[in-house]
Amino acid sequence: MDRTRDKVLPVLAILAGLVVVWYVGAMLLNAPFQRDLDRRAGETRGTVEFIGKTLSQPKPTLPAPHQVAANFFENTFLRKITSNQSLVFHAWITLSSTLLGFVFGTALGIAIAVGIVHFTSLDRSLMPWLIASQTIPILAIAPMVIVVFAAIGVTGIIPKSLISTYLSFFPVAVGMVKGLRSPELTHLDLMHTYNASPAQTLWKLRVPASMPFLFASMKVAVAASLVGAIVAELPTGAVAGIGAKLLSASYYSQTIDMWSALVAGSIVAGLLVTLVGWIGRLVDRSMGARPA
Amino acid sequence: MTVAEAKAQATKPVVEAKNLGLTFRTNDGPVQALTDVNLTIDKGEFVSFIGPSGCGKTTFLRVIADLEKPTEGMIAVNGMTSEQARESRAYGYVFQAAALFPWRTIASNVALPLEIMGIASAEQKTRIARVMELVNLTGFENKYPWQLSGGMQQRASIARALAFDADLLLMDEPFGALDEIVRDHLNKQLLELWARTNKTICFVTHSIPEAVYLSTRIVVMSPRPGRVTDVIESTLPRERPLDIRESAEFIAIAHRVREGLHAGHSYED
Repeated sequence: MDRTRDKVLPVLAILAGLVVVWYVGAMLLNAPFQRDLDRRAGETRGTVEFIGKTLSQPKPTLPAPHQVAANFFENTFLRKITSNQSLVFHAWITLSSTLLGFVFGTALGIAIAVGIVHFTSLDRSLMPWLIASQTIPILAIAPMVIVVFAAIGVTGIIPKSLISTYLSFFPVAVGMVKGLRSPELTHLDLMHTYNASPAQTLWKLRVPASMPFLFASMKVAVAASLVGAIVAELPTGAVAGIGAKLLSASYYSQTIDMWSALVAGSIVAGLLVTLVGWIGRLVDRSMGARPA
Repeated sequence: MTVAEAKAQATKPVVEAKNLGLTFRTNDGPVQALTDVNLTIDKGEFVSFIGPSGCGKTTFLRVIADLEKPTEGMIAVNGMTSEQARESRAYGYVFQAAALFPWRTIASNVALPLEIMGIASAEQKTRIARVMELVNLTGFENKYPWQLSGGMQQRASIARALAFDADLLLMDEPFGALDEIVRDHLNKQLLELWARTNKTICFVTHSIPEAVYLSTRIVVMSPRPGRVTDVIESTLPRERPLDIRESAEFIAIAHRVREGLHAGHSYED
């Protein structure tokens, strides 16, 4: 009961506010086209009927929430998941390359962080390049990566997931550098008095101490991975995936389809972030954290 | 090892410092943390280092432990350089804070040095049981550090330092953060432990009664620059009940320590 009041209610309140703003926006944005239609047909309508019309156009500038909801429901639950109309099918394609890219990216990020923490030369030389890598617009890189890999005969999920890797390794690397350096000086001195090797210090002290940092940065990374996977599907002529669905819907001005693909994408993102947070809490608990 | 070598080993001082000095380079110029320290500590001694903050007592302990490198003079631990001594795991170090790993249970915190030193897990178990008993923490093996009081945490950290059987115990104000009642209790336990194990203990403190109660020798230090101003041999017997602190002998030694501390301060302001 308390949980409902403290956690669910505020979220619902914001959601209700957004829905109201969305409806008003849809009405205002769709009104000019509706007025145009009515003038050509020579019809005059009352305000209520006019508003109803703006919220039920087949290809509206901004679809109303209920249109998106209906489309989403139809394409998620009423279609065979093997059909390329199904959002579940498209979400799965995107999810699989997201996860693969995320796993690569996390591994790469951790490897880079371990290198940076252990070698001063890497600390000095690598960080500026990492930061530079993230200033390049991913939209500019994605097609080149796909084309280059296609030229050497690698197509499909690998080049797509590399875009996810490219976006997700960075937060993990930055978070883990901080995490691996987070042990207190006393703890490091203690390991020194035992004459512990760098590998022992890494496994017994630095890695456990970095876990909270790892999961915080993995939450950012998994969301970035999904963005990467969707972006990788946009310019590359992919026929399946949330990005491909977005692109084809935009070709045919199927705005409702676009929005429901967006909703699918954000639900996948929400699930991924929640999943990472949940695993993080499990790890935390298994490491003897004081229950909150 | 021949008999003669064994004898030499046994009579070799545990810690030997000659003209030892350490100057820290800071942004405000050099700071002399230690100057001209000459000290020999023999096996089985309990030596306390006392002095106001900044007198270099902790720094000296860290030099013995090879956590700091001296800039002048020499330091030998068990007849080796401090680095060799650290590499041969010659000492156990107890920090001011318990410094237990929060993600490990008490038993596995105590096991940490044993794991690092590659001791077989069956042997680890017996040693953990032994040192947990030594510090009266039997029954708390599977608790996490946050579930223990400050005094118990510090006892666990002492158990950890004892677990790998180093003959030298370096303790840096281990009871500084604890209240007086807990501290008295732990002091008594520490003396019992010292009597049972015959270890050499170097103990940094800023409490005069603690230093006098525990030590066979008290090294009085003074700051700016950090140096030894007096070394007091305790005349108290090795067997020391807590109420020895009210004896005339105890008060006389405490008085001399206090004098030494004052002398070190006399030409300041």
